[in-house]
Amino acid sequence: MHITGAEIVIRCLQEEKVEHVFGYPGGAVLHLYDALFQQDQVKHILVRHEQAAVHAADAYSRCSQKVGVALVTSGPGATNAVTGIATAYMDSIPLVIISGQVPTAAIGLDAFQEVDTVGITRPCVKHNFLVKDVRDIADTIKKAFYLARTGRPGPVLVDIPKDISAQSADFEYPKTVQMRSYNPIVKGHLGQIRKAAQLLLEAKRPMIYVGGGVILSDAATKLTALAKRLGFPVTQTLMGLGSFPASDAQNLGMLGMHGTYEANMAMQHCDVLLAVGARFDDRVIGNPGHFSQVPRKIVHIDIDPSSISKRVKVDVPIVGNVPDVLDELVKILDEQDKAGAKADPAVAEWWKTIAEWRARDCMSYKANGPAIMPQSVIQALHQVTGGDAFVTSDVGQHQMWAAQYYKFDKPRRWINSGGLGTMGVGLPYAMGVSFAHPGATVACVTGEASIQMNIQELSTCKQFRLPIKVVNLNNRYLGMVRQWQEMFHGSRYSESYMDSLPDFVKLAEAYGHVGLRVERPEDLMPAMELAFSDKHKNDFVFLDVLTDQTANVFPMIAAGKGLSEMILAEDL
Amino acid sequence: MRHIISILLENEAGALSRVAGLFSARAYNIESLTVAPTEDPSLSRMTIVTSGSDDVLEQITKQLNKLVDVVKVVDLSEAAHIERELMLIKVRATGKDREEMKRMADIFRGRIIDVTESTYVIELTGASSKLDAFIEALDHGLILETVRTGVCGIGRGDRILKV
Ligand SMILES: Cc1cc2nc3c(=O)[nH]c(=O)nc-3n(C[C@H](O)[C@H](O)[C@H](O)COP(=O)(O)OP(=O)(O)OC[C@H]3O[C@@H](n4cnc5c(N)ncnc54)[C@H](O)[C@@H]3O)c2cc1C
Ligand SMILES: Cc1ncc(C[n+]2csc(CCOP(=O)(O)OP(=O)(O)O)c2C)c(N)n1
Ligand SMILES: [Mg+2]
Repeated sequence: MHITGAEIVIRCLQEEKVEHVFGYPGGAVLHLYDALFQQDQVKHILVRHEQAAVHAADAYSRCSQKVGVALVTSGPGATNAVTGIATAYMDSIPLVIISGQVPTAAIGLDAFQEVDTVGITRPCVKHNFLVKDVRDIADTIKKAFYLARTGRPGPVLVDIPKDISAQSADFEYPKTVQMRSYNPIVKGHLGQIRKAAQLLLEAKRPMIYVGGGVILSDAATKLTALAKRLGFPVTQTLMGLGSFPASDAQNLGMLGMHGTYEANMAMQHCDVLLAVGARFDDRVIGNPGHFSQVPRKIVHIDIDPSSISKRVKVDVPIVGNVPDVLDELVKILDEQDKAGAKADPAVAEWWKTIAEWRARDCMSYKANGPAIMPQSVIQALHQVTGGDAFVTSDVGQHQMWAAQYYKFDKPRRWINSGGLGTMGVGLPYAMGVSFAHPGATVACVTGEASIQMNIQELSTCKQFRLPIKVVNLNNRYLGMVRQWQEMFHGSRYSESYMDSLPDFVKLAEAYGHVGLRVERPEDLMPAMELAFSDKHKNDFVFLDVLTDQTANVFPMIAAGKGLSEMILAEDL
Repeated sequence: MRHIISILLENEAGALSRVAGLFSARAYNIESLTVAPTEDPSLSRMTIVTSGSDDVLEQITKQLNKLVDVVKVVDLSEAAHIERELMLIKVRATGKDREEMKRMADIFRGRIIDVTESTYVIELTGASSKLDAFIEALDHGLILETVRTGVCGIGRGDRILKV
């Protein structure tokens, strides 16, 4: 039976069991919207800006392990989507973005709302396609989903000209995908895994460094079991939070630029490092020259060979899927156990050293007169939500405080933009999570500047009655910028003050939401409790908290410095 | 160090720009790049001459392999190989230079493939260094135009790049 290209697209989404598509209509996708209208299996979520559509689809994936889907029109629809696509790309999030394009015959003629979408997005997608024949749609969409979710995940864009979505063809969804040029490695090399096991057993100062790859591959349980059995200290990157319980005694917390003292010191001084699904980012190891001054053996498990030995040379590279490699590693450790192998007793000494580092209590902070300390807001949020909320964040100081003080025990609970650091993700991220987990507690930690970058989504939240709780750490500053200016630019606060801020309570109310303002420390807990109370269970609540204007994020490693060269709050 | 990278890639629209885009986005060097379909019309063969440290070369190969349209990548310069480049060079050939140009072309085993009263077009094939040497050997004032194809290369003997 012949159906239109637009209908084929929707049938493909149904075949992929897609429940939600985030999008915004326009001329080039009218056929697609018409096909959406005539079915009710795939639900469309109308956002207020295409950037938010992609962010919402991105968060939908981050919190659920499904592939997120966004739909945008040609020209400005596609360019608005680019920030969202690049954000997902940097954090390896599986997305399929479908964009409309001008009719085939008009391509290249500077047609109305024409842009070279495939060209513009090429550097920030895992792959993209321009469909030139209606008979190729099903095959292309099948490939798009396959590419997005396998190997190192990432966004894949499918550009469909308007005439192609209008033409008809037979529909059959391919059952399998064969691509001779794309065969991601899943199983790790056994010989390498053996070497890794040997190094781990010989380690005197071991360290496990866990990244987003563990979350992306749903390997948190396996990783946790391995770490517990070895009894080694564990640290996570910003993207790896939740892959090992924060409340576990073996957890040293986050490492890197704003990581804990103990995590960074242990990372610098360990003799065997097991890196799992982490990419030795510059925000994580600081100056690579300084890092390599201490000799250590590094085992690196990553599905993407190009992540290995990119910034830091590793000794035992293992290319493969985290859970598959961990299974093999555990098998080998079991064999060794039977053979009587034991962890080196020196590890106990190592833990003593770590305990001394921990005793510095680097996360303690002092009150500043009558101001509400931003850290205390996150602690209150943690307490009120029992540490079990989905927390999305924007970008800035508040993001770091959320990462440091909301102790994540489970994976896929912490949703933020790490690689691109995109201000404006917080609210659309919370929307995506709300659709993936209806009824769950969703908090969006944001700043007065970031929230304004996608503030229009308050309208979407109203339309779909999303019971999100926004916690706005309102310091009246581009706080993260202000911090760098204070520390590295002689306190010349160039353009980092947020003047003429809106009244966020009234703004929330204007969109039909509940707004609450907190100005004194003693009002914080009651307001937080009210926001998350049964009374507001079904409401969108905007909690505007006026926080200390001069608080800075510590510990901090200045750009270009080494891991053991942290600036601590107590140093100032 | 100079490397010759050979790539088999899907003969798809846009595949070339994915490779070229990768090199510019990651600030890798390109000395020359050539591409054309193979005996299998669904595949193109590309040769890139680049330079960089071992670490950079390792990243270049890994990043190329990551491109979905790329089927195979090999660094030809790692083992025995042959490289060739074709140059067409138009020179002024008048008076005593006319004889001298012919003599130079012969020495370098070039062929004169176009002749006018005042010019020759010389065709020359060889390793890039040979073409460079030829240009060096000429009086630069007499060179009117040069066109080079860029390097293409192939492994010796049993070294075969095929799907
Ligand atoms: C203001 C700000 C401050 C920041 N400060 C810090 C900081 O202090 N500390 C910090 O850690 N980060 C910080 N970041 C984040 C930082 O920029 C990076 O995004 C982050 O460190 C990268 O995390 P990751 O190494 O876990 O890699 P990710 O980006 O999560 O990459 C995942 C890795 O896992 C691999 N992978 C994916 N799937 C699999 C699989 N199935 N099997 C095996 N491997 C897989 C991928 O190939 C990739 O190499 C900050 C960001 C911002 C915006
Ligand atoms: C889109 C975008 N523009 C600029 C930046 C640079 N930047 C990083 S943090 C920051 C300030 C954020 O201010 P706010 O949201 O109030 O958070 P705070 O740091 O005050 O907690 C800026 C401008 C960015 N990350 N993203
Ligand atoms: Mg602020």
